[in-house]
Amino acid sequence: MSEHIEKNNDILVDVRHLKQYFNINVGWLMTKPLKAVDDVSFSIRRGETLGLVGESGCGKTTVGRSILHLYQPTAGEVIFNGRPIRNKADIRELRKKATMVFQDPYSSLNPRMTVSDIIGEPLDVHKAYKSKAERMERILELMDQVGLNSEHASRYAHEFSGGQRQRIGIARALALKPEFIVCDEPVSALDVSIQAQVINMFVELQEKMDLTYLFIAHDILVVRHISDRIAVMYLGKMVELADAGEIYDQPLHPYTRSLMSAVPQPDPIVAKANKRIVLSGDIPSPLNAPSGCPFRTRCPNAAPCCAESMPEFKEVKPGHFVACHRVNEL
Amino acid sequence: MKDFKDIRKAFSMHVDLDDFIPATDEEKAYMVQMRPSSTFFRDGVKRLLKNKVATVSLIIIIIITLSSLLIPLFWPYGFGEQLGIQPGKPVDSSYGNLKPFEYGKTEQERIAAGEKVFPHIFGTDERGRDYFIRVVYGTRISLAVGFFASIIVLIIGMTIGSVAGYCGGAVDLVIMRIVDIIYSLPDMLMVILLASVLKKTLGSALEGTALEKIGTNIISLFIVFGVLYWVSMSRLIRGQILSLREQEYVLASRAAGAKGSWIIRKHLLPNSISVVIISTALQIPNAIFTESFLSFLGLGVNAPMPSLGSLASDALNGLSSYPYRMIIPAVVISLIVLSLNLFGDGLRDAFDPKLRN
Repeated sequence: MSEHIEKNNDILVDVRHLKQYFNINVGWLMTKPLKAVDDVSFSIRRGETLGLVGESGCGKTTVGRSILHLYQPTAGEVIFNGRPIRNKADIRELRKKATMVFQDPYSSLNPRMTVSDIIGEPLDVHKAYKSKAERMERILELMDQVGLNSEHASRYAHEFSGGQRQRIGIARALALKPEFIVCDEPVSALDVSIQAQVINMFVELQEKMDLTYLFIAHDILVVRHISDRIAVMYLGKMVELADAGEIYDQPLHPYTRSLMSAVPQPDPIVAKANKRIVLSGDIPSPLNAPSGCPFRTRCPNAAPCCAESMPEFKEVKPGHFVACHRVNEL
Repeated sequence: MKDFKDIRKAFSMHVDLDDFIPATDEEKAYMVQMRPSSTFFRDGVKRLLKNKVATVSLIIIIIITLSSLLIPLFWPYGFGEQLGIQPGKPVDSSYGNLKPFEYGKTEQERIAAGEKVFPHIFGTDERGRDYFIRVVYGTRISLAVGFFASIIVLIIGMTIGSVAGYCGGAVDLVIMRIVDIIYSLPDMLMVILLASVLKKTLGSALEGTALEKIGTNIISLFIVFGVLYWVSMSRLIRGQILSLREQEYVLASRAAGAKGSWIIRKHLLPNSISVVIISTALQIPNAIFTESFLSFLGLGVNAPMPSLGSLASDALNGLSSYPYRMIIPAVVISLIVLSLNLFGDGLRDAFDPKLRN
């Protein structure tokens, strides 16, 4: 038990006040910052899966990419394995230890490359082998790990089905034996039966290779199945972060509550008893986000104080973080 | 009653238990049939050869190229050899403007004496030069100009276009404005100016080097192509790369730690190759046309050296008497251009896996 706690406190990825703004042209030589991610802080423990949910355009993918420094963060810091990522050498080291699995298995594989070249690309880039034979051996080992036939090595990606393509993408992510993988909606583009296979494979690989995941998705059931903890984002800000079971059973933020009420229930009696919280209005444009709490324009409990300042993202229960002014009142 | 029996027979099922024995590993292995793996290039060549039009075009291009290279080796006449002029003898005007398969005066005497004389298949021109060998040399020059000019255009256009497309931002802006400036210049005027200036300056610079043999005109032609015609190629490639670099596999490559040059070489250029092939194939006839245009104005190949364009323009003078002198080089140009275009189309179909059926 004590060992379990110790392991849980070992933080692999620490994100501190991450901001990612993009400059958007709004007129003749004028730009305006689009706050895709605005002051987000969280940490991921070694060996855990952190689920990240939120509706389209809330900045989930941007968080994942900024952590990997595929975008240069506007402000804030990412501490990987106890070392802050500051210069190019740090990023180069990060690339070996942290990779990404992409959403679309069709556009994330180069149609001109064979499967073995796609999987071997990280090895080629980092020159992680001494001989061609060693490279091929590693590629075949990876293909075996994700359940691909070794005969497929010389085929092209377009000859495969969506699930197989996603396996190729996962094999590529595993090539350099990473510690941390950002899974950017890896199952959204697959049909349900294949989703289950791929998710179970993620779980198996995690156990086998001691991986840490940031699992981005918009399907709460999928996220709940695989995640240890779940974070909810809204309009570039993190609104709630807690253990998977707790956030599912006792959501504290009004946005999370509405999100959870929308999850379909398999039991018709339970489903009938559940009251669906339907939000009014649309998600505001991140270009002119509302003042104070970004959710106040749609929040059923909004009060005047919500417009004044952004609520602090604070720990209200052990391990349960919420950003809401009125969390204690409701 | 008999019918009933038949029906009952049809519904009864006799199960042969031997059919349900699990297959052994050998039997399973026998059922597995894997297509032999083949490389991208081999696959493409296979598909290319299946395409009849492209194959015929390729054969025509090969025949024309080989004959333009090999025929001069054994042909008894030279491209600049005036058959009527012999040292120490008066000019024999009977060799000028011979019709196909006619002979000059001295040749007729030799035939009468029982000697064999190599025929003038296309006759001779007004200076008594064998027209067939001039067409062969002209083809050689035109093809060489076309291929090398396209390669120069390809290399310059591809490098600049891919850098502009990949870097984007200020680099893209500056390069594309330069492209716009070159684009807006009247290109024929520029070609003529550059060709005439380079002809003078290059002449002294090249003296004594190996390049002198090729002739200043052809080299200045290449420079003109290199300086002016890369713009459309670079625009095309920039557009391709702009759309390709947003693909997720490029991001995946960056997430793996790849640098810009790696991404351009491994991801962006291979995926824009079909566009490159098509426009290169179209650039060759374009270069051949420009070359003949310049030859017409006297800025093309050096005087005794023929090109298909200069042959055609020379033939303009005697068009009513000797129409075949115009028709022959025109047909050769058309054949080259048409087969290059069809072959380019075939290449694109063969090497684009997305169009595979």
